[in-house]
Amino acid sequence: MYVYQEHDQQLLEERVAQFRDQTRRYLAGELSEDEFLALRLQNGLYVQRYAPMMRIAVPYGLLSSTQLRRLAHITRAYDKGFCHVSTRQNIQLNWPALEDVPDILAELADVQMHAIQTSGNCIRNTTTDELAGVNPKEIEDPRPWCEIIRQWSTFNPEFAYLPRKFKIAVNAVPDEDPAIIGVHDIGVQIVHNDAGEIGFEVWAGGGLGRTPMTGAVIGEFVPWQHLLSYLEAILRVYNKYGNRDNKYKARIKILVKALGADKYRELVEQEFAELKDGPMTLTEQEVERIQKCFTAQDYRSEIDSSDLEARLADNKAFSRWYHTNTHAHKKPGYRAVTLTLKKTSRVPGDITHEQLDAVADLADQYSFGEIRNSHQQNMVLADVAASDLFVLWQQLDTLGFATPNLGLLTDMVCCPGGDLCALANAKSIPIAESIQHRFSDLDYLHDLGTLDLNISGCMNACGHHHIGHIGILGVDKKGKEFYQITLGGRGDKFTRVGEKLGPSFEADEVTDVIEKIINLYVEKRHENEPFIDTYERIGMDTFKERIYG
Amino acid sequence: MGKVIIDGAIVDNQWQRLESDSLENGLPDGKVMVPLAYWQANRDALLARGDVAVWLAPGEEPRDLEEDLEQFSLIAIHFPAFKDGRGYSYARELRTRYNFKGEIRATGDVLRDQLFYLQRCGFNAFEVRADRSIEEAVAGLRDFTVTYQGDVADPRPIYRRA
Repeated sequence: MYVYQEHDQQLLEERVAQFRDQTRRYLAGELSEDEFLALRLQNGLYVQRYAPMMRIAVPYGLLSSTQLRRLAHITRAYDKGFCHVSTRQNIQLNWPALEDVPDILAELADVQMHAIQTSGNCIRNTTTDELAGVNPKEIEDPRPWCEIIRQWSTFNPEFAYLPRKFKIAVNAVPDEDPAIIGVHDIGVQIVHNDAGEIGFEVWAGGGLGRTPMTGAVIGEFVPWQHLLSYLEAILRVYNKYGNRDNKYKARIKILVKALGADKYRELVEQEFAELKDGPMTLTEQEVERIQKCFTAQDYRSEIDSSDLEARLADNKAFSRWYHTNTHAHKKPGYRAVTLTLKKTSRVPGDITHEQLDAVADLADQYSFGEIRNSHQQNMVLADVAASDLFVLWQQLDTLGFATPNLGLLTDMVCCPGGDLCALANAKSIPIAESIQHRFSDLDYLHDLGTLDLNISGCMNACGHHHIGHIGILGVDKKGKEFYQITLGGRGDKFTRVGEKLGPSFEADEVTDVIEKIINLYVEKRHENEPFIDTYERIGMDTFKERIYG
Repeated sequence: MGKVIIDGAIVDNQWQRLESDSLENGLPDGKVMVPLAYWQANRDALLARGDVAVWLAPGEEPRDLEEDLEQFSLIAIHFPAFKDGRGYSYARELRTRYNFKGEIRATGDVLRDQLFYLQRCGFNAFEVRADRSIEEAVAGLRDFTVTYQGDVADPRPIYRRA
């Protein structure tokens, strides 16, 4: 992973000092609520229903075991002993005290962590495929490019007060979209041209939220040297012309849509023409310096997988987990393992301090001391030798992280919702729990196959409901909580926004409706046909008739 | 006379910023910053008068002044609210696209915690909001010693500095 140099560390320490002073001035009444609001948001601090919520940055989801142990310590010392993995691959604390935040930041800075730009109207954490670097389908490791973007966006003076938040994601897999770049403000697709040179297809104007849409290609092939100049051009056009009167129309997607992709591209090209070949041009030396931080692990050359074969043959539970929760790896003899934070009766994405420490130990023992957060709110040990899988599985099972439901209906993405979040219109956690209980039979879940079910408590869409095959959105109707259901969204092979099923439902109806949808699918599916394919084949009207008919 | 930060020092403010509704009876004596529309409507008379600068509101870009930039020793960029960040891009354009060498002044909702970024985008003068201590605000220019990106003072990003 990226290793801090002296200047990176210095920057963090100066940030801690700055925020300590800002907090002091706020508490002394020298900063107004509104003034402090913008400052604390740029440090990931929301004031929430019961306490501030603090979002800690995990650049492109990558953590060391040392960092994980520090997070465990922080949840013990400053919070209630647990934290939450977010859909931006970050970590959230739900109960820190405002006065403690400067000390928490200092504790984070010790292990090269921070909360810079994890909220507010600025460039947020750059995200990517949680299997980056080990995914056999990728054309190269996207993480060095994410790190280059991270440094450019960190305290970028021109883009700290944008019209609205701004999210960038990078994908290196052709023909699939594991980083869901299609619904990002900017999506960066790494491509190779016919001459074998590296460049980027750059998308802009995608996003979820109130007006979900997929982005448009703005730059068809941006040579690697010009990545930052091109991003800067897109941002400058947005900073100047994005809507600032209405926060619901302030995202770049609205501007791209209003101007049209061609006009937006023309404005970007004008800016880019001035920046291209200027001082921001990336150097081979710098790209190599960053790439060297992400070289392959020190893999063993010979892995004896005979024991694995035997275990798979005679242990059904292990075999099921292996096929559901582990992934192919670039290096023969290795697998990437997803720890599902989605056990029944647990809030999706929550993890306790004991578990954080235990995962750190497992990472040290089996996966070179590194952990990744996924945007589906799970964790990944990316480099596990085949011969270690059985013992790892046993330990994960004890921890409750071996539920073999990855990619299945109960591997739900779910925001904190009305139980914790002040923005939410409705609760999301009890809905998730109720569905988990209804569909707790593992044989049945596996029979249903791949199915993304995503839940958001409001249209800010932190639970990514639009891109779930089934999406559930909490809405407020005259003070009462209702839930709207969408079908047909995708965030898998490609990204697409789902369609509304029809009028919304009360909380106690939701699980029954989900069951009816599932039953219809089971009736209509062809052999081995996943839910999303059946939906696309039989169409929305068939589902409408069943539910409302 | 109020105070202003210029090039890191707190000095007397020689300039007066005028809103359009205060211009109906003509200009007061002394150095004045006028709205863009007023400049455009009274260009020749203002040139003859001298001691005049223009201030840009959000939505008014340096491009709107492109032909006249060499007439000014000062251009102000006004922030009705500090959260409206368009002025950062305007200052940057004035410096890097139009190569403006005069004073670029931030006026309006100008506060300590934005000074460091404003300075990096090309502002060298700051009228700190009247209810805040300018002596305390000036420290904001030194919040950080490390930067990753190039800026107006040094266009080289960190990976191109020696």
